[in-house]
Order: sequence, then C-alpha cells, then structure tokens
Amino acid sequence: MSVVRPDKSKLFYHELPPSWWLSKRSYFLFMLRELSSVFIAIFLVVFLIQLYQLTRGPEAYAAFTQKLSSPGWIVLNLITFLFALYHSITWFYSSAIVLPLRIGEREMPRNLFVALNVGALAVVSLVILVLFLALKG
Amino acid sequence: MTEEKNMEPLWWGLFSAGGVVAAFLVPIHIIIFGFALPLGWISDSGTLYRNWLVKIYLFVLIALPLYHWAHRFYFALNDMKLGLPRQPLAVLCYGGAIVGTIATVWVLLLL
Amino acid sequence: MAEPTVTLKVTRYRPGKDSAPTLQSYTVPYRQDWVVLDALNHIKDQIDGTLSYRWSCRMGVCGSCGMMVNGVPKLTCAAFLRDYYPQEIRVEPLSHFPVIRDLVIDMSDFLDKLKSVKPWIIRKSEKPVSEGEYLQSPAQLEAYKQFTQCINCMLCYAACPVYGLEPEFLGPAAIALGYRYNMDSRDEGKDQRGPVLASHNGIWQCTFVGECSEVCPKDVDPAAAIQRSKVDHTKNWFKSVLLPWGGR
Repeated sequence: MSVVRPDKSKLFYHELPPSWWLSKRSYFLFMLRELSSVFIAIFLVVFLIQLYQLTRGPEAYAAFTQKLSSPGWIVLNLITFLFALYHSITWFYSSAIVLPLRIGEREMPRNLFVALNVGALAVVSLVILVLFLALKG
Repeated sequence: MTEEKNMEPLWWGLFSAGGVVAAFLVPIHIIIFGFALPLGWISDSGTLYRNWLVKIYLFVLIALPLYHWAHRFYFALNDMKLGLPRQPLAVLCYGGAIVGTIATVWVLLLL
Repeated sequence: MAEPTVTLKVTRYRPGKDSAPTLQSYTVPYRQDWVVLDALNHIKDQIDGTLSYRWSCRMGVCGSCGMMVNGVPKLTCAAFLRDYYPQEIRVEPLSHFPVIRDLVIDMSDFLDKLKSVKPWIIRKSEKPVSEGEYLQSPAQLEAYKQFTQCINCMLCYAACPVYGLEPEFLGPAAIALGYRYNMDSRDEGKDQRGPVLASHNGIWQCTFVGECSEVCPKDVDPAAAIQRSKVDHTKNWFKSVLLPWGGR
C-alpha cells in the first residue's frame, strides 16, 4: 500500500527555542520540579560533609554546624525545604498515576491518594524527629 | 541471542527509589540539620551515627536521592537545550552519583 | 442591529511561496453555539476559500481537526468560541509537526511510529473459528479499555515538549497504543513490541511532563501508560539481573 508523502523540501519546520519551558505555566512548573532535585542533592552533600566533620572530632562537627547558621545557609536551606516539599507533593501526584491503588474494582481518587501520602509524610517525619531527639545523646 | 542490555531501567529504578526516599525523608532532615541544629534549638553529640543501623539508614538517605538527582538533572539539562554534549554530561551526572555513593560509604565507615 | 463578531488570527503558509508562516486576521460572526471549526468553515465558505485545514466528523471522534487554539492543542470541533469571546482567537497548526500548508501538518512521522508498535492483536497461534470467541472478563477489559479510546488526533504530540525537542521520540499516543495491546489478555505480542517500546527513543525518553494526558480529548491518559510501562520494564530488568536463572 503506497502512502502519499508531502514534498519535504517545501515543509516548514518550526524549532523549539531553549526558552520553551518559560512560555507556559505547566512547562515552567515541570522544570521547577526537575530542578528541585538539585537543591535536595546539594543539601545531602552538605549533610555528608557535616558527618565527615564528625570523624575529625566533635569540635570540628560543632564548628561546621555553627557555620550553617549564617544567613546565606539559612536562606539556601529555606529554599531547599520549599523545593523538597514541592518534590514530595509532585512525587505523590506522580505515584497516583504510576501505581494507582485499587479499592475493589475502581482506582482510588488521586486527591485522596495524595492526601494519604501527605499524612504518611507527616507521620514519618514525626517518628524520625522523636527518634532523633530520644537517641541523639 | 544476547542483545546489549539496555541500562535505562537501572537508572530509572534508582531514580524512582531515590525519589521515594527524598519525598518521605528529606523534609524533616532539612528541619533538623538545616535549622534546628545550626540555630541551636537542639544539640547533637554525634554519637548516634556510630550505630550501624543508623549508618545503613544514613546510606539510604544520602546515596539514593543522588541517583534521583543524576537522572532528573541529566534529562533536564538536555531538555533546556543548552547545547551541552550528552556523553560527558551523562558521565558527570551518573558518575557524580556513583562518586557520591562511594564518598558516603567511606564517611560512614570512618564514623 | 449588527451581529456580534470575533476576530480569528489564522496561520497562513503557502509552500514554495512563503519563507515562513504568518498570521492572517479574519472577522467572523460570533454565535453562542459555534466552535472554532465553524468559524474556520465560515472563513473558507464566505471569506477566503484558499484557507486549508483538516476536519471531518465535527463531533470529536475522528481526530482530524487538531490545531493550536491560543497556544493550546485542541480539537477545533470541541473549542467553543464563547470560551474565548470577546478576545481574539489565534488558530495555528499543531506544534512539533512540519507544516505542509496553512493549518495542515505532515503526520507521516506519527503514522510511522504508530505502525512500529504493531497496534493489533498478535497471536502465537490463532484459535480456529470452531473453538469460539476469545473470552474476556470485565476485569481483563478494564485493564486496557481506557487506552482503546485514542482517536489518533496527535494533540498529545503537540503538547509533549520531549517530542518537540527530540523528534525521534516515539511519543505518547504510539506508546499508549502499544501498552493497550500489551495489556489486552487476548494479545501474545509483548515480546515483539518490546524492542520498540523499551528502546532509548521509546518510554525512556519520557520525563513525565504529563501534558499529553492534560490535553487528551478522550481521557486516554497516555502519561499513565508510559509510566506503567517503565515500572513493568524495570521490574523485569531487575528480575533478569538478580535472578538470571528464573523462569519466564
């Protein structure tokens, strides 16, 4: 079966500009979600460095922790915290689509699934906080 | 017939695991180590991290989200059309995550 | 009493004559019950017969009339003028496809990709008619029914930035349709679709922007199909690596 193909020489090809993700709200929010991983990674690397300081002695650990109280670090951690929450929420919405929970025959409504995950996040956070306060010494 | 194994599922699997860890564990850790400790709301002797169970937890907390970052950041940089060459970028991102993993194991063993 | 009107800015592109597309303004009557397609038909019938565009059923089942309306991929037979009036309405050809003329795009890339996922029931052995029909429970139908609703309108391709950035990308509809057949209990062709679906230009190019599912006029949710395929393939990959001697 032959297919009629258009004359390629006369087609107009439109190329997506690098600013494509700035042109639409949904695209911008998508890119923000992707970049949230950068802030999370930075925080974890700094945390690792903090733990490394501990291997050099408690004074080194205390000194490094003290450095993190400077305004620059606090602002960065604030931004990171917001990005981390944004990652969590968008991750829960994605999970609802990727692995839908079935109640009987029907899929659980997505907003309910997200709400349950947010609840789980709150519980897990509380448990970690309590355990840390109890065991840190 | 053996075909060259596509490695994408590996990176996506690690990306997903890292995403789950980051989603549930990272926020509270930012509160504790980003605010509470530096600002002196609570104190920390550091003895907790000598415990091997805690070390395993810390390994999961730090290493997995690095793969989440690597996969996401690699694709995001390509999507942003910055003209960066793909292969070196992949090595920097996934390689970075692997280096981070090794560094994490090393620090945790030192503790 | 003058009838209310609305302005449409429509892409014009004459192959071989124009170096790039331009926007041409038309003033059409504003009617409460009109859709953008009605306005285009009015232009072609009453104002400018040279305007070219695709359409057919005018009721949202054929998938022919997909275009960008104010930058959003829409079926023009489902985009009501009253949702835009009194602002002017910009009608452009579907994004991420080469333009043949005016609002008509070249869809051969999509058709090639669709064919590559073998969107039909593949059997290792056919059941003879004497053995009766292939039976399917309601639950088995549920597993893939949503993905059968695709009308090949390509709005998802126009919405997908990955397709815009990487023309080699299989794309939402093709992957969703491959998934539809993989999930059909009557089908035995998963292995045959694997190389195409699980290739680098297949599911792994997708970064789950999710816009495809947002614009789909039939609620197919191709994003879900793609991500579930990723989970499937990843599970199998880890199984084959960690348990290489495991049975199929």
